[in-house]
Amino acid sequence: MASSTETGFVRWVLGAASIAVCLLAWQTASTLRLNLGLVTFTNVPPPTDVLEAALALAQSSKLFDHVSSSLARVSAGYSIAAVFGIALGLAIGRSRRAGDFLLPPLEILRPIPAVAWIPLAVLMFPSSEASMIYITFIGALFPILLNTIHGVENVDPRLIASAKSLGGTPSAILREVILPGAAPSIVTGLAIGMGTSWFCLVTAEMISGQFGIGYYTWESYTIQNYPDIIVGMILIGLLGMGSSALLRWVGALLTPWHTLGETRR
Amino acid sequence: MSGRERQARTDLGRIEAEHVSIRLGYGAEAFEAVQDVSFAIEPGELVCLIGPSGCGKSTLLGALAGHIATSAGKLHVDGAPVAGPHPDRGIVFQHHTLFPWKSARDNVAFGPKMRGIGKVERRRQADEILELVGLADFAGRYPKQLSGGMQQRVEIARVLVNKPRLLLMDEPFGALDALTRIKMQELLLDIWTRVRTTVVFVTHDIDEALFLADRIIVMSPRPGRILEVIRVPFARPRATEIVATPEFGQLKRHCLELLHVRSDSAPLTRLSPLGFDTGQGG
Repeated sequence: MASSTETGFVRWVLGAASIAVCLLAWQTASTLRLNLGLVTFTNVPPPTDVLEAALALAQSSKLFDHVSSSLARVSAGYSIAAVFGIALGLAIGRSRRAGDFLLPPLEILRPIPAVAWIPLAVLMFPSSEASMIYITFIGALFPILLNTIHGVENVDPRLIASAKSLGGTPSAILREVILPGAAPSIVTGLAIGMGTSWFCLVTAEMISGQFGIGYYTWESYTIQNYPDIIVGMILIGLLGMGSSALLRWVGALLTPWHTLGETRR
Repeated sequence: MSGRERQARTDLGRIEAEHVSIRLGYGAEAFEAVQDVSFAIEPGELVCLIGPSGCGKSTLLGALAGHIATSAGKLHVDGAPVAGPHPDRGIVFQHHTLFPWKSARDNVAFGPKMRGIGKVERRRQADEILELVGLADFAGRYPKQLSGGMQQRVEIARVLVNKPRLLLMDEPFGALDALTRIKMQELLLDIWTRVRTTVVFVTHDIDEALFLADRIIVMSPRPGRILEVIRVPFARPRATEIVATPEFGQLKRHCLELLHVRSDSAPLTRLSPLGFDTGQGG
C-alpha cells in the first residue's frame, strides 16, 4: 500500500515536471522568436502573454456571450441528433424492414464529413444559427445512430426469448429489454458524438459565426490578437472535456449495472 | 391458495405429443432435428429428456416453450396446441438469462409486471418466491453479484412466480460445479413438492435424470426419436444416497447401453431451445 502511494507520488511529480519543461521550452522559443525554418515561433505568443489574455477575457463580458452561444448551439444540435439517432437506431436495429428502407440514404450520407456540409448548410438555412446547429447535428448523428444499431443488434436473443416466455409484449420488451440492453453502447455513441459535435461546431463558427468560441479564436487571428488564439484553443478543449465528463457521469448513473464487475474487482 | 384451488391446479400441465417432427435451418441446410416423436406427460409429473449432444432434446423443449415451430404432428398442452411463448410455459436455460440491469427481486417481478400488477404487490410476490429458493437475503443484488447457482435459483424463481403449468429446464445445472449441482437438484425436488407443476428437464447426465425423474425419455442421435421411456421407481422424498443402490446402478447401465448404441458417429453441434446454439456456451 505504502509503495503504491509512493509510486503514485513519483508519477505525479514526473508528470508535473514534464509539463513544466514543455511550458519552459515554449516560453523560451517564443521570447527568443526562434525560427527553425520549417516551423517558426516568431508570431507565437509566450505562455505568460496567454495567461494575461486569459485573465483579461475572464473579466470581460464577452466570455459569457461566446461560451453561452457555443453551448446553446451544441446543446440544440446534439439533442436533436441524440433523439433522431436513438429513435432511428432502435427502429433499424429491431426491424429488418425498417433497416432496408432507412439505411441506404444514411449509408450514402455517412462518409461525407460534417465539415464538408458547411457551404451547403449556409445555402440551405437562411439563418446562420440554424446552419451551425445543423452542422453539429450531422456531426453527432452518425456515431449515435451506429452505436445504437450495434447495441440493439447485440442484445442477447436469449434475453428476448425469456422476456417473451414471461409474458412480455413487443413494446414492453423494447422498453424493458432492448433499451437497457443497448444502453451501454448508446452511451458510448453519445460520448463519441459529443466530441465530433464540438469539433464540427468550432469549424462552423470559424466560417459563419458572430459569437462563439470558434468565432472568437478565428477573429483573434484576423485582428492579430495572437494570445487570444491560444486562449480560445484552451477554452474549446475545456468545454469538450467538460461535456464528455458530464456525459460519462450521466451514462454511469443510467447504467449502474454496467460497471458493477469493474468496481468489485 | 386454498386446498381446492391447489387440487385444481394439479390437473393442469398435461402434455400430449403425437408424431411431432421439427425441422431446423433453411433451404439446403435444413435438417430434421426431431422425428416422429409421441409421448404424454401427466400433470405434476417430473420427466427428464436424455440423449446425446445435438439429438434434439433441447429443440423439443424449445417447441414446448413455443420458441420453435413444429413441422408435423400435434403438440398440445391441456388440450390446446402450443402457439408461441406464454407465461404458463416457463423456460430455464443452461446459462441464466436474468436481466443484468434489474435486481434479483425486479427480475423475478418481471412476469407480474407484464400482467400489470402494481409495484408493491409484485415485489411482495417476488420476495415470497425468492424465499422459497433460499435467496431472501439477496433480493437487492444484481445478477452479476450472485454466484452461478444463485443466478439459476433466481431464474427458476422468475419462472415460478407466474405459477406456470410447465417448468421447462434446458440443462439448467450443466454449467455448475458438481457440489452446487447436487444441491440444486435437491432444491429443485424440494420446490417441486411445494409448488406442484409439470417439469420437463433436459440433461445429458444420467445420474441427474435418475435422481430427479418420475420417468426418463431416452432419445436417439439426430434425427431425435424416442428409444425408450424408463419409469424410475425410487420412492420420494429421495436422498442422494440412492445413487449407491444396486437398482440405481442397474438403471444407469441400461441407460448407458441405450445411449451407446450408435456412439460411433461424430458428435453433433449442440442445439438450443431457440434453434441453433446461440453462442453462449462454455
